[in-house]
Amino acid sequence: MSNKVLMKGNEAIAEAAIKSGCLYFFGYPITPQTEISEYMAKRMPKVGGLCLQAESEVAAINMLMGASAAGSRAMTSSSSPGISLKSEGISYIAGCDLPCLIVNVQRGGPGLGGIQPSQSDYYQATRGVGHGDLRILVLAPSSVQEMASLTAEAFDLADEYRMPAMLLADGALGQMMEPVDFSVFPKRELAPKTWATNGLKNHEGKKNIINSLFIDPNELENSVIERYKRYDIVEEKEVRYEEYLTDDADIVLVAFGITARICKSAVTELRNQGIKAGLLRPVTLWPYPKKIISKLADHAKAFISVEMSMGQMVDDVRLAVNGKRPVYFFGRTGGIIPSVEEVICETTKISETL
Amino acid sequence: MYKTVFERPKALTDVPLHYCPGCTHGIIHRLVAETIDELEILDNTVGIAPVGCSVFAYNYFNCDMIEAAHGRAPAVATGVKRTHPDNIVFTYQGDGDLAAIGTAETVHSATRGENITVIFINNCIYGMTGGQMAPTTIPGQVTTTTPYGRFRSIQGNPIRVCEMLSTLDGVALAARVSVDTPANINNAKKMIKKAFQNQIDRKGFSIVEVLSTCPTNWGLSPSDALQWLRDNMIPYYPLGTYKDGEALKDGE
Repeated sequence: MSNKVLMKGNEAIAEAAIKSGCLYFFGYPITPQTEISEYMAKRMPKVGGLCLQAESEVAAINMLMGASAAGSRAMTSSSSPGISLKSEGISYIAGCDLPCLIVNVQRGGPGLGGIQPSQSDYYQATRGVGHGDLRILVLAPSSVQEMASLTAEAFDLADEYRMPAMLLADGALGQMMEPVDFSVFPKRELAPKTWATNGLKNHEGKKNIINSLFIDPNELENSVIERYKRYDIVEEKEVRYEEYLTDDADIVLVAFGITARICKSAVTELRNQGIKAGLLRPVTLWPYPKKIISKLADHAKAFISVEMSMGQMVDDVRLAVNGKRPVYFFGRTGGIIPSVEEVICETTKISETL
Repeated sequence: MYKTVFERPKALTDVPLHYCPGCTHGIIHRLVAETIDELEILDNTVGIAPVGCSVFAYNYFNCDMIEAAHGRAPAVATGVKRTHPDNIVFTYQGDGDLAAIGTAETVHSATRGENITVIFINNCIYGMTGGQMAPTTIPGQVTTTTPYGRFRSIQGNPIRVCEMLSTLDGVALAARVSVDTPANINNAKKMIKKAFQNQIDRKGFSIVEVLSTCPTNWGLSPSDALQWLRDNMIPYYPLGTYKDGEALKDGE
């Protein structure tokens, strides 16, 4: 018998979180991710958990900080404008070395923008998610199955490296329905949270302090350097990506999330037309799969970053290619999803110049 | 033979406080620490420090401590308490933190009836940043950002936090006390203890507002500052218990 159930992407995130032992959800309604809150509100009381609707995104992220500081596996979710509000809290959580999951089901921006799918928070997620020297893990699902499996993975990664993880989805993935199998998630061996502030009687030794303040600049510099050593390990060990027909590709499309699925269809059709196209799909946006892109640049003649934005990830492709090959960009923004035909047309035009 | 008649509470660490001479934070820290000792909850308590003069409270209290972002302590406390209902959770916040930038977190944790204890230090000024207008700066008061005095017509009116919160169904205790005289200190201690006992008894949100001095930024000697508190703050922020009961429960 199949273990698969048909679910919306947003619901798959929520169910996967609960199945991963997350019993605390702090949210605030915003389209197109509200189903996560609604699903949590229904399910959490039945599994002994809590779904709490906060008065704001700011409050929700700080409730999450408190839950995580006390040692609980917990999460919040929002969509683009709400993530901007959470930015302060994410910086504090990173500065306090706390693990948690933040879901961003992206919509178009800037400002109130729109409610249709977008990938225009790439910079925010990978560059400017909060003030200060910090990184967060960023995972980009491209199917409802991955909405679930990467949610599970993100919790474990966050716990292992004591840092926030973000699931960077979009409105299309959040709203679409696909079969999901929840029985296939690997689990990591995780160390007990001896650092948690849950009362002296619950941990050994002296009191625990969760804090991001260091008045002495030398102390602050040292704490940041220590954290960056952990980031180095993440960059070494936790990069994820998928390759499709890249071995002999002349032209490599680079795309993540829903856009990667469009590009996969385009690559298949381009091959039928005799154009040697391939696809590299980053699954982790931080750490970014720069080594494989650099390696592909040894044989591929050109790269195209395809995005639902005005071109943000293209910067990371350029950094990885490092001038070895030309890097092009194609994208639609404002909530418009690029079509397979558009991607084929752009790729064909570029391939003719090679 | 000597008998110990006075000692540092176990809930206070043995480090010098950074507060200015004459500041009443030290007294209030002690009252909170004595309460934690007397209720025997030190090994189970989690404190949330604010941003402001008492930002280093995490170094002074001997329980587990979290340093929150400016104004967010009640939200952080909510996260701790909802996931660990058996912990005793308190926040320690100044007027800028609790009544300006954190107003939403304060009001909503209060109206939800979060079973936490909030110690609110009101000294009518921003101390840490050097004497700017606070949400509780009283009309006419001179600060570095109200150099001609606070005008209702320009900077608007101050907030009376306890009166406001006492209207909310989630609040068990809202009381304003002062630490300007030994009698008032004794009463402040009683209220702080009640605010912690309420949490043990699961009565809901309890806030104790403590009128406090800031000699440095008021530009007064410690004793003149105490007199200024009596002459100016108490008339605007009357001492008293604005609510004493229990948060409404389901079905009520």
